[in-house]
Amino acid sequence: SRELFVLTYGALVAQLCKDYEKDEDVNICLDRMGYGIGIRLIDDFLARSAVKKCRSYSETTDMIAQVAFKMYLGVTASVSCTSAAGNEFSLILDKNPLVDFVEELPAERASLCYCNVLCGVIRGALEMVRLAAEVTFLQDRLKGDAVTEIGITFLRKAEDRKHKRN
Amino acid sequence: MAIFSVYVVNKAGGLIYQLDHYAPRADTEKTFSYPLDLVLRPHDERVVVAFGQRDGIRVGHAVLAINGAEVNGRFTADGKDVLEFLGNPANYPVSIRFGRHRLSSNEKLMLASMFHSLFAIGSQLSPEVGSSGIEMLETDTFKLHCFQTLTGIKFVVLADPRQAGIDSLLRKIYEIYSDFALKNPFYSLEMPIRCELFDQNLKLALEVAEKAGPFGPGS
Repeated sequence: SRELFVLTYGALVAQLCKDYEKDEDVNICLDRMGYGIGIRLIDDFLARSAVKKCRSYSETTDMIAQVAFKMYLGVTASVSCTSAAGNEFSLILDKNPLVDFVEELPAERASLCYCNVLCGVIRGALEMVRLAAEVTFLQDRLKGDAVTEIGITFLRKAEDRKHKRN
Repeated sequence: MAIFSVYVVNKAGGLIYQLDHYAPRADTEKTFSYPLDLVLRPHDERVVVAFGQRDGIRVGHAVLAINGAEVNGRFTADGKDVLEFLGNPANYPVSIRFGRHRLSSNEKLMLASMFHSLFAIGSQLSPEVGSSGIEMLETDTFKLHCFQTLTGIKFVVLADPRQAGIDSLLRKIYEIYSDFALKNPFYSLEMPIRCELFDQNLKLALEVAEKAGPFGPGS
């Protein structure tokens, strides 16, 4: 069923490429879809993994890389902090099951982020636990880089009202 | 051993799901002759027994039906005021049904929002930073258990004080919610849950928890 999922995802991206001329549009579409998945997936993740509340950005990123990726994609990512302020991290994926059957991007789709849905998922999930973040691909194996790297930049907390939900 | 009801409250404090699981309530129907030995008084939208408890009719029970016809709040089915009707000796002998009044859905919505606010106050009052908010409210007739997820949804279960295993029941309800409500593509987040599968699985989970009784589900 992992194969079915990967094939379905491939068919989805191929269809989007046919529907939209510009790579940017496809990327945005994938991100939006990922967002819709992320806002629902987070509760499933929390219900099944029963993890405790994370108290720092680096704990949160570790949780995503080790527990969540393992649970849903079967791979783990390694985390590194890329900014002195402690709010920018990057997840490095050696193996990305979504691109198992993809060799390389076609020439006319050079700036397509094939796995942009993953960025949307992470962004949506973080938003539901009240952490605003920007998630993008920094490096992509399909575009010729050595590894696949996803960058997460935590923005100021979405809510800063007097009442803080604990 | 019983679980009385389940409430699911969304981030904003609105009730999105409610299930009553009580055993059928005990209504008592009796025939009375004038003068009525129970003291009745109006309360909110209903007529309740204030004094004169006897034979299964307790203080606080509301008038549910007169002569077989359900009353409509403070008025009988044909529009007459209940207290006036019962004050008139010409209407006797009369058969009145008493019982516990079930909460209406508006009342439940209001109570859920109030609980949401109390929960917020509870976590602020805590002397320690990062307190969890109200987890349990105990009375002599029931215990209210509350579980708030990291995403802000609260699951509230009202159960018999002797019922154990409610914590694992709450986690199980969270799983059922994430499976049958969230994964349903036509369910919008934060909206009332109207999913058959969610209902069915929730009822099953409640039955399992009840059967396990005071020892909780087997570990």
